[in-house]
Amino acid sequence: MRFISESSEERIPCYRVLDDDGQPFPDSSFVKVSEGVAIKMYNDMVTLQTMDTIFYEAQRQGRISFYLTTSGEEAINIASAAAIKNDDFVVPQYREPGVLLWRGFSMQEFANQCFGNKADYGKGRQMPIHYGSNKHNYFTVSSTIATQLPHAVGAAYALKMDRKDACAVTYFGDGGTSEGDFHAALNFSAVTEAPVIFICRNNGWAISTPISDQFRSDGAVVKGRAYGVRSIRVDGNDALAIYSAVHAAREMAIGEGRPILIEALTYRVGHHTTSDDSTKYRPVDEIEWWRTTQDPVTRFRKWIESNGWWNGDIESELRSSVRKQVILVSLTISKYGLLQLQH
Amino acid sequence: MWGIIRQKVAAGGGSPVARIRPVVSNLRNYSSAVKQMMVREALNSALDEEMSADPKVFLMGEEVGEYQGAYKISKGLLEKYGPERVLDTPITEAGFTGIGVGAAYYGLKPVVEFMTFNFSMQAIDHIINSAAKSNYMSSGQISVPIVFRGPNGAAAGVGAQHSHCYAAWYASVPGLKVLSPYSSEDARGLLKAAIRDPDPVVFLENELLYGESFPVSAEVLDSSFCLPIGKAKIEREGKDVTITAFSKIVGLSLKAAEILAKEGISAEVINLRSIRPLDRSTINASVRKTNRLVTVEEGFPQHGVGAEICASVIEESFGYLDAPVERIAGADVPMPYAANLERMAVPQVEDIVRAAKRACYRSVPMAAAA
Repeated sequence: MRFISESSEERIPCYRVLDDDGQPFPDSSFVKVSEGVAIKMYNDMVTLQTMDTIFYEAQRQGRISFYLTTSGEEAINIASAAAIKNDDFVVPQYREPGVLLWRGFSMQEFANQCFGNKADYGKGRQMPIHYGSNKHNYFTVSSTIATQLPHAVGAAYALKMDRKDACAVTYFGDGGTSEGDFHAALNFSAVTEAPVIFICRNNGWAISTPISDQFRSDGAVVKGRAYGVRSIRVDGNDALAIYSAVHAAREMAIGEGRPILIEALTYRVGHHTTSDDSTKYRPVDEIEWWRTTQDPVTRFRKWIESNGWWNGDIESELRSSVRKQVILVSLTISKYGLLQLQH
Repeated sequence: MWGIIRQKVAAGGGSPVARIRPVVSNLRNYSSAVKQMMVREALNSALDEEMSADPKVFLMGEEVGEYQGAYKISKGLLEKYGPERVLDTPITEAGFTGIGVGAAYYGLKPVVEFMTFNFSMQAIDHIINSAAKSNYMSSGQISVPIVFRGPNGAAAGVGAQHSHCYAAWYASVPGLKVLSPYSSEDARGLLKAAIRDPDPVVFLENELLYGESFPVSAEVLDSSFCLPIGKAKIEREGKDVTITAFSKIVGLSLKAAEILAKEGISAEVINLRSIRPLDRSTINASVRKTNRLVTVEEGFPQHGVGAEICASVIEESFGYLDAPVERIAGADVPMPYAANLERMAVPQVEDIVRAAKRACYRSVPMAAAA
């Protein structure tokens, strides 16, 4: 008689491509990214960072009522979006606007939704950051946690029945894995052999609840095997690792008709939302360490620089032009006015 | 464990956690007997006193411990009672509600907090099928002394999935008690009653009321203070029209009564306090006196609290009515986000005034001005 231990001797290893200086490890294998794609990835990560800064400030100034940032998770957002195709149906939680950005949602469209003005596709009915777009195949953000997981499985099943060359991709945090819907979704995806990619952004915190209070398993990745789902753990701050893993996952999901679970280890650098002050429950130096030394955007920049695709001048130019663009959008937003009720 | 250091940070980012302030600090100069207390503090002190008096009482929910409560209702409690009695739960309403009910089956007295009652929908099977019905289904052998509490109804600019009112939903279920406080006195007395009650109680608070202050007497501040479940309170006496309300709407109704008084209409405002059991005798006695009724609530109109009150009055006091019952409720749409739309979706003071005037046969325009 032998009981299976509650934990294994070693943690599941983490797939990584770039070291902290943005240089590939000597023995790492990864899916090659062309210069064009890499430059777009970097541009979008910088745009996402800038948009977060400006809109967060707008909330502090009282110009929008609510906002949440994706700080520290830019690589997960952009690199995963770059590795999938436009036909893949994306079902987000709420910390993945970068995927929509990659697919072509404009700064103006983001701002319209946050300000709830006349041009907002949601007609002022949704809280800020609840983006959604039919034409970008990005399902509207819903506040409820983890409900999108079974939705994604259902959508994936439909894609399979229609024999489309596409899969469903869904995102959630470490906290979301505690919800009953996580269990139902993973279980069903395996049983129905649905082409769905589950991307868990394990950023260490669910508002103030650290992962040690969330679960006692070795993160989220080990839960995949419990349901018969192939899984991988990835460095969430390494854009190339994310790109490779999602790329491979997509091929397996569609080619073999199976679900894949990807756990991306990262850190939520910002507060949960503008209604939170995370310095109340975690040390400021911990936040600063992740923000400065582990920044995924910086790490990727070092890689594209070492390839000769980028330099300091282009960097300053990009930063200032993106900042100008976002500020301009946020300042001119009032010209649209609020939608009035029509009788 | 896996080398994950649990960060125990003193709440407040370095400054010591504020202990529950002694109530003498709330002393106001103008009257020696009347102190002011915020609803948030009223709830906090009620929880504190009940936890102190009965070691079986414990609190569980998301962010109730280290974060001091998503709305700071449980401030200081983790530090005072420790992690065995103040539990920070993972994100699974279905999970922790089920666990709370199990603890109550065994004999503990859990107070389960939902960050808002919108999230209770994830757990509603446990609330209804595991908690509410058990006493009856076991013919009295199982008792479930549990309290489910949290903010309910509309806040400000939080959209459809954070603004739903569940009073009518829970109040339709036999086996549940449903309470909804307005003032700090209500908050203290009703929460204490709920915790002491041997049956499941749904306690519907309101986010916008947490920061409001109300006068409280020495009797209310005493730790033995308790309000009876099932009794409404007449907040303002009147003789021309009865207005029933609960939670935040009581405040709006009192403002409406002030406006009506200037126009010669004396309105009686009833603060229901208890949605289930509903204090039908107080409501009917009032209508028999005034002969006119306006029911007001924030929730959706169909199958709402007002509909039940109207039916009760028609069943018991039809002959006393001099005008059709007026029902004011939230608009029959998922709560929109944009501020101008939200304002139109929730009852305003003017809506209550207009309804009271209609009941009193004063001519008024039917529709709200845009």
